[in-house]
Amino acid sequence: MSTASLSEPRSRWWQGRAVRRFARHRLALIGVVMITALTLACVAGPWLLPYDSLYIDLRARFAPPMTGQHYLGTDPLGRDIAARLLMAGRTSLLVGVCAMVLSTLLGAFVGVVAGYRGGWVGASLMRMVDAFLAFPSIFLVLALAALLKPSPTMITVIIAVTSWMEVARIVEAEVRSLREREFVQAGRMLGLSRSHIMFREILPNAMGPIIVAATLTVARAILLEAYVSFLGYGIQPPLPSWGNMLNGAQQYLASAPWLAIVPGITITMAVTSFNFIGDGLRDALDVRSGPG
Amino acid sequence: MSDSGAHPLQTADPAAPQPVLSMRDLTVSLPDGMERAHAVKGISFDLLPGQILCIIGESGSGKSVTAHAVMGLLPPSIKVTQGAIQMGGTDILAAGAETLRDLRGRKIAMIFQDPLSALNPLMTVGAQIAEVMMAHGVGTPDSRRARALELLDEVGLPDPPLMYRQYPFRLSGGQRQRVMIAMALALETSILIADEPTTALDVTTQAQILKLIRDIQARKGMSVMFITHDFGVVAEIADSVVVMEKGHIVEQGSADAVLRTPSHPYTKRLIAAVPHLTGTDRAHPVAAPAKAEPLLRVEGLVKTYRSGSKLFGTERVVKAVDGVSFDLWPGRTLGVVGESGSGKSSLGRLLVKLMDSDSGSILFEGSDIAALKEDRFRALRPKIQMIFQDPFASLNPRSTIGHILTVGPVAHGVPYAKARASAQDLLTMVGLDAGAFGRYPHEFSGGQRQRVGIARALMFEPKLLVADEAVSALDVSIQAQILELLDKIQRDTGVGMIFITHDLRVASQICDEIAVMQRGKIVESGPPSQIFLNPQSAYTRELVAAIPGEQPGS
Repeated sequence: MSTASLSEPRSRWWQGRAVRRFARHRLALIGVVMITALTLACVAGPWLLPYDSLYIDLRARFAPPMTGQHYLGTDPLGRDIAARLLMAGRTSLLVGVCAMVLSTLLGAFVGVVAGYRGGWVGASLMRMVDAFLAFPSIFLVLALAALLKPSPTMITVIIAVTSWMEVARIVEAEVRSLREREFVQAGRMLGLSRSHIMFREILPNAMGPIIVAATLTVARAILLEAYVSFLGYGIQPPLPSWGNMLNGAQQYLASAPWLAIVPGITITMAVTSFNFIGDGLRDALDVRSGPG
Repeated sequence: MSDSGAHPLQTADPAAPQPVLSMRDLTVSLPDGMERAHAVKGISFDLLPGQILCIIGESGSGKSVTAHAVMGLLPPSIKVTQGAIQMGGTDILAAGAETLRDLRGRKIAMIFQDPLSALNPLMTVGAQIAEVMMAHGVGTPDSRRARALELLDEVGLPDPPLMYRQYPFRLSGGQRQRVMIAMALALETSILIADEPTTALDVTTQAQILKLIRDIQARKGMSVMFITHDFGVVAEIADSVVVMEKGHIVEQGSADAVLRTPSHPYTKRLIAAVPHLTGTDRAHPVAAPAKAEPLLRVEGLVKTYRSGSKLFGTERVVKAVDGVSFDLWPGRTLGVVGESGSGKSSLGRLLVKLMDSDSGSILFEGSDIAALKEDRFRALRPKIQMIFQDPFASLNPRSTIGHILTVGPVAHGVPYAKARASAQDLLTMVGLDAGAFGRYPHEFSGGQRQRVGIARALMFEPKLLVADEAVSALDVSIQAQILELLDKIQRDTGVGMIFITHDLRVASQICDEIAVMQRGKIVESGPPSQIFLNPQSAYTRELVAAIPGEQPGS
């Protein structure tokens, strides 16, 4: 009788096939570099810049970029745009990431339960998902934001509530196919409880698509926050966010275009970077596309 | 590895016919990072006209790569680095894409293991046969149609005009394979490559397809290169045999010589591992304990599948299990044998209650578990365990072997340390290293994984073990080892076993009693000696007769 020969060393996760494929995806790597740089700048930048984001210097109003130490210029109140941009980045990125975490948790939960239970439980959960998808989410966000007190936490929750459906659908489809696999049957044979099978046995196998969806959700959440804040229902000044910086800029589009260009470019950068990462992850985690 | 056992057939003899296909010193490289550098290395053989050449080997032996190299169908990452394949006057390896395309279909045709995925689901089978001729610019639409009808008749399909208009999904597996053969014959090819064409088929269908291939080969004088892993099939149809192991030819020669007097140890081992039909009953060291009560008594078990809608009158009712009754005594094995669709797997699922039965009773140690709700039955689950068919799908790829083994007992309140200790003991018992505990399933081969699956089922010290096609996905040499292991476990623990299989030869190895199922019913049951030597029902006789390469009782 043969004995398992396991002399070769165990492979580490960073030597895995998915990581190798991700590292070969150039756009995704650019995305990772840009997001890392942006995050570091937002975390550490405000301490390094000479001006505070709330410091008002009326003599230096509407200074164009590269005037003195105002590297990105100043706004109508003479506040340093670089400082405000980075402080705004903290808010916007945090709202984006928190909204992603909340919506992914909610979506994954609904998806796993609907996919595993099937029957009327699954059907009614998925019809609920359809109902949420049927609302134009932007109006839902605006209506909720108009009714509730628009604090960053509230905005995060509102965005999460309107963007969990995609994750739920992806997870439901994945779990439905995993449910028929023999290892799930084996779990039932061992007498494991339903929740154990759903969350401990099946869910880890659906992580690939969840991670991809989550990355794309961050991009969406950042965009949504900017949109709502731009319309004046989101993060309220003086707390800066990329969206309300754009809002403040619209009156001066002709005279001081940098007020809009700077946050605009930053939003574009952040959103495209997250989308690149999402695409890279999809290609890396999807076993069906291309050679290893 | 030396090629000492390999003697390419001598073609120097002037009287010997020219080979239609000759392979010389072929080496095919695999991309970096695979388990070995070459898919096949330095293989040479000849395919003589009008001959059936079987290439036999276990999974990973390179037999399929060889076939694909002949067709010029290797994926771009796998390259032929050395050697030549001569066909008539052309060197296939040097030929351009156009020449190759013309050769395929006109000179060489191939049939595949899975005829459903090899046929286009959106085209009628008639159109697909005609398409082969159209692609090579042969005939007019009318003549192609006439020829297709002729071919459908030739491969033994009933009512060709009707069959011509059918879509592949309407046909059975055997009928689809016949269509594939008809496509291969469309242009009167001289070489047919058959890549495991009967592996996915039931044993009676397999016998028919083998007969068809042999008949057509004899009638048309074709040469057939037949790839298989089953020595039974080789014994049925081969004129000459090439035995491959890990990319090398270890032995080749005429079928008689290789099967009767194998010279290479690997061939000997493979032939010895082939399960044979034993007409003898299983010996037990002690006579059956005279227990008043069987471990399991199943009475009138019924499971009906319904699909479609009653409301719209499209309801289809299939009786998967139709009034099945049997007894199982502790320490004994009942084999449940049948072809696909016979309801044997449904029966297994009903017994471990992965599925609820519609009526009937399952008396386990005297109490009826058929009607128990899942919550109540959970406490009994440890006593009834199952071994699954597919060792790749039945282990959670994200869990360590340790987790897979201990999760069940821990969920039933066994302290982790105790579960861990017994898991390590069991790993040793099923022939694995105790160090396997912390590793993931993908680090193991199919046979090793199946051992893990067996260890998982034994964690609870069950009273009843249901093995659903537990060795079907394994190579023959591994199969023999797993059967031996199951036998040893039963002798050591006295567990009662239900062994579900489509393979009568395997069933004859391990079962005390065999129940033959057909369309949800048990048509015959009895000890192996009765089933194989003196079958009572017509269906059992048909099954036994269809086993490739066997004379019952020999």
